[in-house]
Amino acid sequence: MTVILDPTAERSVSSRPRLARPARLDGLTIGILDIAKARGDVFLGRLAERLREQGHAVKQYAKPTNTRPAPLSLRQQIATEVNVVIEGLSD
Amino acid sequence: MPDVTLPPDGLIAVVKRDCPTCVLAAPVLGELARRAALTVYTQDDPGFPESVPGRIDDTALDVSHRLKIEVVPTLIRLERGREVERTFGWDRAEWERVSGLAGVGAGLPAAQPGCGARNVEPGVLERLKVRFGETGLAARRITLGRDEDEIEALFERGWSDGLPLVPPTEERVLRMLQGTRRDPQELVGLVPSDLAPATVEKIAINAVMAGCKPEYLPVVLAAVEAVLEEPFAMHGVLATTMYVGPVVVVNGPIRRRIGMNAKGNALGQGNRANATIGRALQLVIRNVGGGRPQEVDRATLGNPGKYTYCFAEDEEDSSWEPLSVERGIAPGKSAVTVFAGFGLQGIVDQKSRDPDSLARSFAESLKAIQNVKIAPGCDAMVVVCPEHERTFRAAGWSKAKVYETLHALTRMPAEDVMPGAKGIAEGNGAAKPGTMVNKFAPNGLMLVRAGGSAGMFSGIIGGWAASGPRGSSPVTKEVKP
Repeated sequence: MTVILDPTAERSVSSRPRLARPARLDGLTIGILDIAKARGDVFLGRLAERLREQGHAVKQYAKPTNTRPAPLSLRQQIATEVNVVIEGLSD
Repeated sequence: MPDVTLPPDGLIAVVKRDCPTCVLAAPVLGELARRAALTVYTQDDPGFPESVPGRIDDTALDVSHRLKIEVVPTLIRLERGREVERTFGWDRAEWERVSGLAGVGAGLPAAQPGCGARNVEPGVLERLKVRFGETGLAARRITLGRDEDEIEALFERGWSDGLPLVPPTEERVLRMLQGTRRDPQELVGLVPSDLAPATVEKIAINAVMAGCKPEYLPVVLAAVEAVLEEPFAMHGVLATTMYVGPVVVVNGPIRRRIGMNAKGNALGQGNRANATIGRALQLVIRNVGGGRPQEVDRATLGNPGKYTYCFAEDEEDSSWEPLSVERGIAPGKSAVTVFAGFGLQGIVDQKSRDPDSLARSFAESLKAIQNVKIAPGCDAMVVVCPEHERTFRAAGWSKAKVYETLHALTRMPAEDVMPGAKGIAEGNGAAKPGTMVNKFAPNGLMLVRAGGSAGMFSGIIGGWAASGPRGSSPVTKEVKP
């Protein structure tokens, strides 16, 4: 029988259940993350405006560039400041 | 692990018939067997030496490996299970010292050097290390099913780029690791998108699968290191919807030592080093980093170079300094340069015989990368064929002069690139009328000389829309042994 060496990072797939979506947004702080794609700021800005009109607390964030993952400090900031996040994934 | 039992006391000799010195010393072994307690292990022919009736078959080489024999004949004296004396080759004085007997081998020359032992021959030593559990390899072992086809098994596990892989057995990986002096467990970097650690060993496993020879491994390691440098932004290069993947250009003496192709069809098929080094890099991204198409790799079309995109610069006949030297590596050193690029767009010009005309040809072709309306556009690598380089050389144009001219000639009036111009909605909305717009960033062009001696066909390797500091910048790394 042939024995071979594992070419992967040997990470067993750990599936973590997603957090349940909140039934209502009342009382929650909503984060909006602009990933710096073209015109994402326009669309997300309008979304923030409409959510605020409905009385929600909204905090807006932006990645420095769409080409790299969000910096750790930004991810930590978002995680500590808001309850839910809306992220624009592409243009 | 094989069970090797040795006599606790007496003499041991290890020999093979395919060694003239062993044949020369065979009568002496018969003599020693009569005068003392001698055990002879034979590595190749169980019938040798005829002079010793009780010789033991060690064609499996387990005893030889256990005794770490490097040369035959080797004569060893054991006392209470411990080795107390050893000599190798034929040397009367030494054999008398080790055996404690006087006057052995009368009539033979005083000395004759021995031969290499079977157990340390390339290919054999690795097999013995695996059998004795001495590989030092850390990766998880996977035992394939008895009836499983090895090649199909690798496809099934999702490790392939779509083409068959070489099964990474322990022996093959051990041989691959002989291509570098680096410790197999040295961490080379964290590979996106999983940011998983790539050790020298993990890279060697993927290099085996890609079909590399051990001597290519230092180039593969340098290429992996280069793409993991922060300025290259490997995560983004992988994840983008655009076409790009890492393009690897190799400079310096290693190109010729490992037989890379910098000449005819340099960017095409048919050269093992070119093909497998680029493939190994992609397999590391896939298997160690977890970067797979339609998962984190979001490319809309991709490009055929994402199987492998690696070639050597033709430095020998060039009037220009090699790309690596231009990028700060000392002349005579080997290096790789990685560039986030895609495909190949031809520059066909068979009529220009003066550099101004040829530079204009290059510039007009360069303007079209991605879209002639997109300026500033991406970085680009221009692969200049020998017959085109000759035209610049004959006119005394340095690389710097070509860069300067191409930058100037690829500037475009804002009116040509604004949205709506030429009836095309795509365009640069920030371009101010009355101004000129650069197609390329100041350091956004790279010239590399490669290709066959016939044909006025240069090529453009376009870059990522996010070229430069906000996305990916080329990275050059020296190839270390």
